[in-house]
Amino acid sequence: MTQIDDIKLSNAQIAWRAAQDIDDGAYVNLGIGFPEMVARYQREGCQAIYHTENGILDFGAPPAPGEEDWDLINAGKKAVTLNPGASFFHHADSFAMVRGGHLDVAILGAYEVAETGDLANWSTGRGGVPAVGGAMDLVHGAKRVAVITDHLTKKGDPKLVSKCSLPLTGVGCVTRVYTSLAVVDIEDGHFVLHEKLPAISFDDLQALTGATLHITDTVGDLIVPEL
Amino acid sequence: MDKTLHSLADAVSVIPDGATIMIGGFGGSGAPIELIHALIDHRPRNLTVINNNAGNGHIGIAAMIEQDMVAKMVCSFPRSKDPRAFTERYLAGKIELEIVPQGTLAERIRAGGAGIPAFYTPTSFGTELAEGKPVEEFEGRSYVQERWLKADFALVKAERGDTHGNLTYNKAGRNFGPLMCMAAKNTIVQVSELTQPGAIDPETVITPGIFVNGVIEVQNPAQEEVLNLAEAVYP
Repeated sequence: MTQIDDIKLSNAQIAWRAAQDIDDGAYVNLGIGFPEMVARYQREGCQAIYHTENGILDFGAPPAPGEEDWDLINAGKKAVTLNPGASFFHHADSFAMVRGGHLDVAILGAYEVAETGDLANWSTGRGGVPAVGGAMDLVHGAKRVAVITDHLTKKGDPKLVSKCSLPLTGVGCVTRVYTSLAVVDIEDGHFVLHEKLPAISFDDLQALTGATLHITDTVGDLIVPEL
Repeated sequence: MDKTLHSLADAVSVIPDGATIMIGGFGGSGAPIELIHALIDHRPRNLTVINNNAGNGHIGIAAMIEQDMVAKMVCSFPRSKDPRAFTERYLAGKIELEIVPQGTLAERIRAGGAGIPAFYTPTSFGTELAEGKPVEEFEGRSYVQERWLKADFALVKAERGDTHGNLTYNKAGRNFGPLMCMAAKNTIVQVSELTQPGAIDPETVITPGIFVNGVIEVQNPAQEEVLNLAEAVYP
């Protein structure tokens, strides 16, 4: 089998691929951490409007160091700036945007995604202090819920599985997964392979995936620039 | 009508042991640091605190926890850059935690303020946070019943206020403030600028004064992040 670490996409490249599917003017929520990278790689001529659940639509880049306004932060508690046309709102309105189906896309990280679209991304189930934040809200209501993730855990186990073993964030909520090796859709309780890296064979990819990969149409090449 | 409070100590002196208190803010954004620190000086105990988080560093809510004033936290995300105050007590079994998804937390508070005892939401369906809660199907989807959340007191930070309690907020510092103002029996607000009625354009009022019981002016309020960068400790 090919050495996976030599061919797999970096986090920036996974974020780049996810960004290519965001339309101009889409209302988008990016989860804290890795998903925030997606905003850097919007297509030329596309300007999505980013929502942060603490009450801003259309926030922009971080301010210069020393220019932070700590009443102007994102969900990750990082300082942000505003784009022209931004707005503020309270938390109930913010989650009305989420749960009322007004967001076009939510992009989240994952510990595990099941072929049923179930997502586990909030708790490793190992005790400690539980913290859910807005994850369980974000998986409901956005028209498209996508996940970006490494294809495998740090230990080398599949993150795409038949059934999640960790505590669930939501049931049947994920529609597309962008991994370090492939783009996989979830349709009718199945993983459907949409794109894969040209350097990995289907059989090798299947061996690294914890549930059957179906093919319903031509599988595209997952081609991402060096970043 | 004049809802002006004349000192921070007076403002919080009515809060007794065992009270349930909503405290505004998302992390440090909108956190009413001066009201919280006045409450630490007053030192009621056995409190239930409702906030999105559970404190950061050694100031604000974290300092309340360090002073053993808090018996229970109701929050969505009890983590921060420096969550030791909460984490240590939680892992030692000294503080209770009710973890609530953030949107559900906001809506429960809004429902409390709006007189709506329960509502249904898709959030948490099929997860361990829905265990024991009634589930109903509507239009082919499953929803979890959640109950309203109310409090004895709310401590909120706003930007401008008038003596009738009408409020505007500063940027994303608004977050839970307008909801908490509605959901508490006694809402105490610190404002950066206190004005006479009429000075705030009614078109810009975010929280109408009917939801506010007392306002106190705190000019140039502290920001939690700035205090934490300076490694501040309270008291």
